[in-house]
Amino acid sequence: MNSFFERRYVIAGIFITIIIILLSRLFYIQIIDDRYALYANNNVRRQVIQYPARGPILDRNGKILVQNEPFYDIMVIPKQVKPFDTAEFCKLLGIDKAGFDKRWIKAIKYSPSLASVFEKQIPAENYASLQERLSEFTGFYSSTRYLRAYPDSVAAQFLGFIGEVTDRDIKRSGEYYRPGDYIGVSGVEKSYETVLRGQRGVQNLMVDSRNKPKGHYANGLYDTAAVAGQRLTSSLDINIQKLGEKLMQNKVGSIVAIEPSTGEILCYVSSPTYDPNLLVGRQRGNNAANLYQNPYDPFLIRPIQARYPPGSSFKPLSALIALQEGVITPSTTYYCPGYYWAGNRKIPCNNLEAHGLVNLSIAVAKSCNGYFSMVFQKILDRDGAKQTEATFTNWRANVNKFGLGTKLGLDMSGEGRGNVPTPLHYDNIYKQGRWRSSTIISLAIGQGELLATPLQMANLECTIANRGYYYKPHLIKAIGTQNIIRKEYTERNYVGIDSQYFEPVINGMQAVVEDGTAIRSRIPGIVMCGKTGTAQNPHGDSHSVFVAFAPRDNPKIAIAVVVENSGEGAHWAAPIASFIVEKYLKGSISTRESGITPEYFMNANKLPDISKYKGKLSPADSLKKLKQDSLLLKQKGLKSASKKSKKDTTTSFLATHTIRKKDE
Amino acid sequence: MNNQRSFFFNVDWVTVFIYLALCIIGWFNIHAAVYDERHPSIIDFETNYGKQFMFMIVALVVGIVILLLESRLITALAPTFYGVSVFLLMLVLVIGRNVGGNQAWISLGGGFRLQPSEFAKFATCLLLARYLSGPSVKVTEFRSFLIAAAIIGFPMVLILLQPDMGSTLVFYSLIFVLYREGLSPYTLIVSALFIALFLASILYNHFYVIAVISTIALLIIILFRKNRRLVVTMLTGLAICIAFIFSVKFIYNHVLQPHQKVRIDIVLGITSDLRGKGYNVNQSKIAIGSGKFWGKGYLHGTQTKYSFVPAQSTDFIFCTIGEEWGFAGSMVVLGLYLFLVLRIIFIAERQRSPFTRIYGYGVASVIFFHVAINIATAIGLAPVIGIPLPFISYGGSSLLSFTIFLFVLLKLDSNRMGIV
Repeated sequence: MNSFFERRYVIAGIFITIIIILLSRLFYIQIIDDRYALYANNNVRRQVIQYPARGPILDRNGKILVQNEPFYDIMVIPKQVKPFDTAEFCKLLGIDKAGFDKRWIKAIKYSPSLASVFEKQIPAENYASLQERLSEFTGFYSSTRYLRAYPDSVAAQFLGFIGEVTDRDIKRSGEYYRPGDYIGVSGVEKSYETVLRGQRGVQNLMVDSRNKPKGHYANGLYDTAAVAGQRLTSSLDINIQKLGEKLMQNKVGSIVAIEPSTGEILCYVSSPTYDPNLLVGRQRGNNAANLYQNPYDPFLIRPIQARYPPGSSFKPLSALIALQEGVITPSTTYYCPGYYWAGNRKIPCNNLEAHGLVNLSIAVAKSCNGYFSMVFQKILDRDGAKQTEATFTNWRANVNKFGLGTKLGLDMSGEGRGNVPTPLHYDNIYKQGRWRSSTIISLAIGQGELLATPLQMANLECTIANRGYYYKPHLIKAIGTQNIIRKEYTERNYVGIDSQYFEPVINGMQAVVEDGTAIRSRIPGIVMCGKTGTAQNPHGDSHSVFVAFAPRDNPKIAIAVVVENSGEGAHWAAPIASFIVEKYLKGSISTRESGITPEYFMNANKLPDISKYKGKLSPADSLKKLKQDSLLLKQKGLKSASKKSKKDTTTSFLATHTIRKKDE
Repeated sequence: MNNQRSFFFNVDWVTVFIYLALCIIGWFNIHAAVYDERHPSIIDFETNYGKQFMFMIVALVVGIVILLLESRLITALAPTFYGVSVFLLMLVLVIGRNVGGNQAWISLGGGFRLQPSEFAKFATCLLLARYLSGPSVKVTEFRSFLIAAAIIGFPMVLILLQPDMGSTLVFYSLIFVLYREGLSPYTLIVSALFIALFLASILYNHFYVIAVISTIALLIIILFRKNRRLVVTMLTGLAICIAFIFSVKFIYNHVLQPHQKVRIDIVLGITSDLRGKGYNVNQSKIAIGSGKFWGKGYLHGTQTKYSFVPAQSTDFIFCTIGEEWGFAGSMVVLGLYLFLVLRIIFIAERQRSPFTRIYGYGVASVIFFHVAINIATAIGLAPVIGIPLPFISYGGSSLLSFTIFLFVLLKLDSNRMGIV
């Protein structure tokens, strides 16, 4: 009855075979092939970088110079993106279709499977509406970043700015940075980058198929927390910094003030300046291009990058070296007929004014060119004319000890050396042995090839204020909560002049303010010792220079002020310096006998003539060059462009500052 | 109540045990697949796992009711069931609800809906068994074969109109029943040959395929050239094969729908659109493959929990098993199914009544076809045709129809000593 009975085995055999085929395949994909476990992991694991808040920077009294505000970057992982309404998305982000395509191509070029920044720096107020809808666009998510915010908009060149890393930065950091990261580009932001940046954290999140976060991978076992950057306490005093920036409005120049007893920089003005908030946010590129087009170059850090002939402010140094070398004494006198003959060269005093019989202090007070030319020749000619080169080398070494012609090692990059000419320099011009003290006599009055940065000038005043030594000038007092002061900042740098020689020079400097060239800048109740300078230069009017320290005993502040192309030191630099000194020492500015007011200086416009300022370029040429430069800026980023401009300015200074002229 | 005692005494408890095990495995995996943190309880009727629990209770009640029925009633009602099924299959084409491209559902109200094709499988098996067990019917005879083929083919055509390709193909598995009852073994071989030719001519240039089979046929003809009949058969067969190969291109390009073509292409590795058409299968493979040997643990499957695989509680439920229970769990499930179908064959063969035997083979074939195709789909060995995994996939129609299917066999088996 039950025919074909044996066929049950065939059917059972087929069933068993198929099950074995399925089991083999399962064995293969579950046990042998490891790819699927990896894919599953990639599906759900999303590494989210936690950007630490960058360290804030405070002034010496704890007032905030720069802090952070949250902004939102829209990130994209192109591989995870599913078809979506592009028009709607563009509308939410406020971009157009072309902009979308550009960003999209850029993201794919970077990596189809890794996250990259799609749209940068969306302010908190715009982000709120975007956040609700963002989950509809698979593959896009947001990442919080902190951007710099400057509540008082001060100290732009001091603080510097941050910018996106370049490929070179990434390579140099050993791949620490990733594209789209920010790095300090200039100023303190650059020199203290490693301290300020903090430490990135990583969150390993689990996401579902719609890319919604569902918690931490392995309960956060592999997560690391972001460590915020450390707080920097700078040595700057925000009150005098603000005052200094206001006083320097519509002027080109610089103010550097240092506390002589520590080397801490109190005031660091570079003018023209700019609102540092302009270099933050999405308008950064446009703002930077505009700033770069400013012919007075706001990006130049004038306190350390501009070089000026010190002019008469150099005279106290000249006197100190002569005293130490023993070629004069404080009571050495000279009769000034209004000019000085150095060989066949006539060095006139200011307006050919005859000072009569002057000793050292009076010579300083009256800024007698003749006296210091005499002193200079005495030093260089003491071993006979043939030994000029040797004595000059010695003189030069003494000048170097004050920090002129060398870098002071400030904790900010881009510091210039200034210039103290070498014997070789004169050999090249006049041939070896063919130059004499009379040939280079303009060095005696701080002109000629002599160039100093405002920082070097202020440091020179610190040395005089301290009667023979200085502390390395620095910008940062403390890192984090600890006062980590580098050892080098506590060491005295002696300049090789005995302290006894300072008093006669200081007497003269006091007289400069009490009844000399800077009498209009006298501060009621404070003994300020200073020296005016009127530095001749080929860009037009002389630079107005004033250096000072105060009070005379136990000095609290040393200062150097340069106002470019504005005329005599006594007219511009000295009053500005006196306001800063008074504000720092007394907290407010009192009425002056001379009737000068800070408001007058704040409102005065002493911007140099552009055509003269930019040197040899004709207006049309310079416009063309600016256009090229701003293009370059857009291509290569702010950093390289600003460096380039610095070089231009300094070379033009070098080329044109060899003209020697008389001083006051 | 002598009768009463004999049913439960004769019920095949091994099968019932496997049945319950599979249902419970299904329930837990549905819980994992659609797990919702707001409804963590496995018997929350807001959720699919809660509903599945309800379906299980209903199915079990229906199963017990079936065991209490008279066997003779089932046999007698076979044509009626078949008629009702065919009516419902026609009805669904008119008033059916379209879900996922197939007009396969009739709304019953209250969120429940019926899939007539599920019940058609049962009714067809029943009528086929009734017909083939007739005293003068022999499958080996052409007329009987035609009638049997018509019984199977009629619902197939109606389902194809929905168009539900998966359920249509399920009926083809009844070829095993016909084979068991005497159909020539060549039908199985020819079926296999045609499937192979179909795939080969999609994968390769069909002239190469023709060249290869012609060479093989010529070799056989040269070797057995003395056997005239064989030579003629071979030549005829070759002609048919060549005609088939040419028709494949036509069927493939004009009869199949684009999504079906893509699904075939994906299995054959012709295209790999991992984010579009190939997304399901790729994610399913990732889910199963990432389970490794022991799996990620209950409710710990990331592919499952974060809904990377679509249709995960229904047609792709095996992903959850593969991911959370690993190769070990997959072996247990496949082992249970294999054990179940072998047990059903064993039950079928111990019958004195041909009706129960034929019906039993029908049950085994349909269940096995579902299991094999469903799992092969999940691991990328078969194109996606969308048929559920028996007893495990979420869905009331599916669970209920398989329960009826199986329990009718158990009822008939419990009565095996009697005469039907």
